[in-house]
Amino acid sequence: MMLVLPGSAEGRVLKVPSLSLWGGIDPASGTLSDPVLPHHGESVAGRVLMIAEPVGSSSSSAVLLELLHSGKAPAAIVLGRLDAIIGLGILVAREMRWATIPLAVMAPSDQTRIADGQMLRVS
Amino acid sequence: MVQLTSTEREIAEGRDGPARAMAMRIVVETARMLGAVRLVPIASAHIDGCLYHGDSGTLFAERLVEGGGTIAVPTTLNVGALDLLHAGRVRLTPARAAMARRMMDAYRKLGCRPTWTCAPYQAGHRPRPGEHVAWGESNAVAFCNSVLGARTERYGDFLDICAALAGHAPETGLHIAENRRATLEIDASALDPRLVAEEAFWPVLGAWLGETASGRIAAFTGLPRQIDEDRLKAMGAAAASTGAVGLFHVVGATPEDPQLAPQHETIRLTGAMLHGARDRLSTARVHQGERVDAVAVGSPHFSFEEFRRLFGLLGGRKLAIPFYVCTGRHTLDALESAGLSDELQASGLTVVADTCIVVTPILPANTGLLLTNSGKFAHYTRPNTGYDVLYGSLADCAETAVAGRLVREDSLWR
Repeated sequence: MMLVLPGSAEGRVLKVPSLSLWGGIDPASGTLSDPVLPHHGESVAGRVLMIAEPVGSSSSSAVLLELLHSGKAPAAIVLGRLDAIIGLGILVAREMRWATIPLAVMAPSDQTRIADGQMLRVS
Repeated sequence: MVQLTSTEREIAEGRDGPARAMAMRIVVETARMLGAVRLVPIASAHIDGCLYHGDSGTLFAERLVEGGGTIAVPTTLNVGALDLLHAGRVRLTPARAAMARRMMDAYRKLGCRPTWTCAPYQAGHRPRPGEHVAWGESNAVAFCNSVLGARTERYGDFLDICAALAGHAPETGLHIAENRRATLEIDASALDPRLVAEEAFWPVLGAWLGETASGRIAAFTGLPRQIDEDRLKAMGAAAASTGAVGLFHVVGATPEDPQLAPQHETIRLTGAMLHGARDRLSTARVHQGERVDAVAVGSPHFSFEEFRRLFGLLGGRKLAIPFYVCTGRHTLDALESAGLSDELQASGLTVVADTCIVVTPILPANTGLLLTNSGKFAHYTRPNTGYDVLYGSLADCAETAVAGRLVREDSLWR
């Protein structure tokens, strides 16, 4: 696991095979809103959100900034490959002097060794 | 380590005021995160960050205004969360509407053109081939790179306005020529030409590409050399919805040489592969003649030509169910100039300007069944609105809206 943006956090892993934060997470409630995804309806708050394949929208940074501002963000995010749009939400929160979270990259093949729901420290 | 020029360093240190300094710091930090070694000057920007997702985005934009921020390059704006031309169209609570309005105002105060469209390339914003720009909105990025041949990364909300203020972007990703070469050939020559001639083929092709490419740059061979711009727009929007597609090449039709490596993977595309992608654009199984609650088109925003085609398909018939057409004010202006405003008024179509049905609450209920010809709407309607969605052609949309029941021509998709 390689840390892309600094921080230290621990939480239960919430695994999703692929996700666009915009369209995939309701920014007001912080719950997974796409009915075809596993964990539909669960909150990402305080979890280590592990996304094997980050996809899609350029508004994902806005959704993450909103979750960081409202205190409903995951404890940390682990991506199968770097998606700068997700990192950007954290960078802007830092400039706004709001709480931030660590962002890490872990290859999808390594993610298979992490069980959904297990505790994981990202630092 | 990002190497900055003296000008770039001075901007980051506050030469042009606190807003540009903050913008430059975010650009530089993003460059560092991506491993870029330097920044690249940009010629223009398109901002997706002006859509209200919550108060945080408004507070950020207002921080830039308070810091004396002004754009450094010509900049257009993507959709906001409000239809400023049709009061009452959007069902946001008064508190959220007020914050969305404050956000749109803040971006205007930064000097951006209030185009409020996800198709800025049809509103006069057309960078030249090879030009470096910073664009947000995934469909606009795909169009800018693929159809115009300009160079932009997929800019996330906030980095787009930061690049516009700083006048620079990280030199990374699709700004670099080597990264624009195709590594995947998709040979479409075996497809039924009647299918390829269908308008409804292109969003399906895009959706399939997004599902299949997984980060690779694809070059299509065996497709027509002349492809209508609205078809490429629809294809790119679908591809950027189902996958992280920022660039694709269509040999003979898009301007850039894909420079396929001698050793590359080739996929021979078959109709059956596309049938699956088409099925996945619908979230419900509905038979001909069953009730449909609404029709929506215009993602990306409906063009002047698309309006003319729709008028022709409707032929002045009365609509039995709501038919939403999302578009930009540039297109409404063009319709007015062409003397078509009365026809639009008489059509019974529900025009949504400056925004669209999947980014802000417009549809009247929290559940229902919607027919669309847009791969992007098909992808986002269910999670964002609660409506189930069916995918069909523009002709299917017109016939269904007149009948109030599903009328869909499926013969080419079997």
